[in-house]
Amino acid sequence: MRSCAESFEAYILRALGRDHGANLLPRGLDITLCDQIFLIASGLIWNIYFAGLAILFGFGLAIAVAVAKFSENPWIWRPAAAFVFVFRGSPLFIQFFFFYSAFVLLPRSGIDIPLGFVTLTVKTSALTTAQVGGLVVLILNTTAYSAELFYGALRSIPKGDLEAADAYGMSGFVKFRRVVFPSMLRLAWPSYTNEAIFLTHSTTLVFLSAFPARQQSGEAFYYARYFVDQTFNPFVAYPLVALYFVGLTLAIIGLFGLMNRYLNRHMPRERRRRIRFRPQYIR
Amino acid sequence: MFSFCTDPSTLPQWQWFACYLTTATHFAFYRSFLMVLLLLAITAPLALGMGLLGAMAVRSRIWPVSWLGKGYVSVVRGVPDIVFFMFVPIALGQGIEWVFHHIQCPDWDQPIRQGNDFIVCREAKVPPVGAPAWVRNTYAFGMAVVAFALVFGAFAANTLHGAMQAVPRAQVETAEAYGMSRAQTFRRIVMPQMWVYALPGLSNIWQILIKATPLLFLLGLQDAVYWARELGGQKTSLYTYPHPDWRVWYFLVLLCFYLFLTWGSERIFARLNMRLSRGQATAAGERMRKAAA
Repeated sequence: MRSCAESFEAYILRALGRDHGANLLPRGLDITLCDQIFLIASGLIWNIYFAGLAILFGFGLAIAVAVAKFSENPWIWRPAAAFVFVFRGSPLFIQFFFFYSAFVLLPRSGIDIPLGFVTLTVKTSALTTAQVGGLVVLILNTTAYSAELFYGALRSIPKGDLEAADAYGMSGFVKFRRVVFPSMLRLAWPSYTNEAIFLTHSTTLVFLSAFPARQQSGEAFYYARYFVDQTFNPFVAYPLVALYFVGLTLAIIGLFGLMNRYLNRHMPRERRRRIRFRPQYIR
Repeated sequence: MFSFCTDPSTLPQWQWFACYLTTATHFAFYRSFLMVLLLLAITAPLALGMGLLGAMAVRSRIWPVSWLGKGYVSVVRGVPDIVFFMFVPIALGQGIEWVFHHIQCPDWDQPIRQGNDFIVCREAKVPPVGAPAWVRNTYAFGMAVVAFALVFGAFAANTLHGAMQAVPRAQVETAEAYGMSRAQTFRRIVMPQMWVYALPGLSNIWQILIKATPLLFLLGLQDAVYWARELGGQKTSLYTYPHPDWRVWYFLVLLCFYLFLTWGSERIFARLNMRLSRGQATAAGERMRKAAA
């Protein structure tokens, strides 16, 4: 039987692959409580990776899509609205399957895009891995959900603010940067916090669907399921992973709360919008 | 299915497809869509019932009941749903077997958890040993229904509790002034009026419920995702209908099915909302009254 220190050493970075810790995962009767604690914790690396990068990329894209959906030109708002509808209207679980089977069909050698004077080769083989392909799906999904939030915020920007900006002679990008964008962000921030939380929770679906976990390096829930399959005892691994996720959720609320304070710093105290944790996990 | 299907390799394109799409496995695929609808049809009322019970428990003036309600709502909502979907069926299954074990084999002396095994006596197995496949499937499906109802019941309880609070205070006070008891007030005043406040939240939960149904696949049921993977995978010439990797098309069908489901229910909820707003003391209700007058 391993001591706790040994399992820490063997499994705390195991999610990164075989080269980081023990070659094989613990099996059958060999599983100790410490193994479960540390291996599931190491899976959190990927949860944070997926959630962090998806939020980072999704944020920028979502603002673009929201502004496009708010546009008065039907050639711009219709595609944006369709994008949002498709990704919000279908289950993320099916999206993972769909995109994985689409990515598999791409040629392994890459796609050549002739640009006249030079031919660009786009590498596509990485898309079949969870770390890239799964991330792409998560980015598209969170883009749609956050775009809808930002779109709602854009619609509820006070009319007076926009008129004031006009009165100052602002227009175009200057108006957007100084007036529209900060208001939109401030209005949408509490719900965006919830979106970040749901996204973090839905990173558990990446390895449950089609994307393979190479070298058995998966996220926290992948390992929890592995342990339940091995020990046939759901009363240890699942509560553990739930506990970790509660921790992650609290960390997100804390981080986003700081940003919320910053965004609301000019508002009178009683009109500040509070972040309320309103979980609706499945997407 | 069709008479010309005896030798598919010689058929022209459209006949080949007509035969291919009507094989027995494809009918299983089509039936799995019905299973999704069946799950929705069973789970939604159950979850609503659980939600109503939960919300009433939260409002209760007997503190153990109210604590139970609050505990249920916040525990289920605070933990990722997927953990619950995986946890409840296994835990419940083991719980049922444990109870049967103690009833039917009281003189069993070995421990139930031996290392990594969960061992109960033969008579306590649920479903019983050697049960036909449909019993096993129904049992697994029932477990899934319980898990869904538990999770979505907590969501619904939260929404319904909010809706009960949202019924204008003056209405409740009027009822009290007429001498109605608490139960009467709830039944005659709060219940009929709360739905218009609950509807946006409930429609949200319904949409989430729709999008949670493919998780059935994770519980080992042969649902639409299972069949899409099975049928779409590459078939070599050993099969009657050889084809390359078509999974992407099957999942596209699934995607469209869900899009249609969410789109349709959004429209139905919009109409329901209009209907429920009639005669209510809300902005929408007021607008309808003015339009009619």
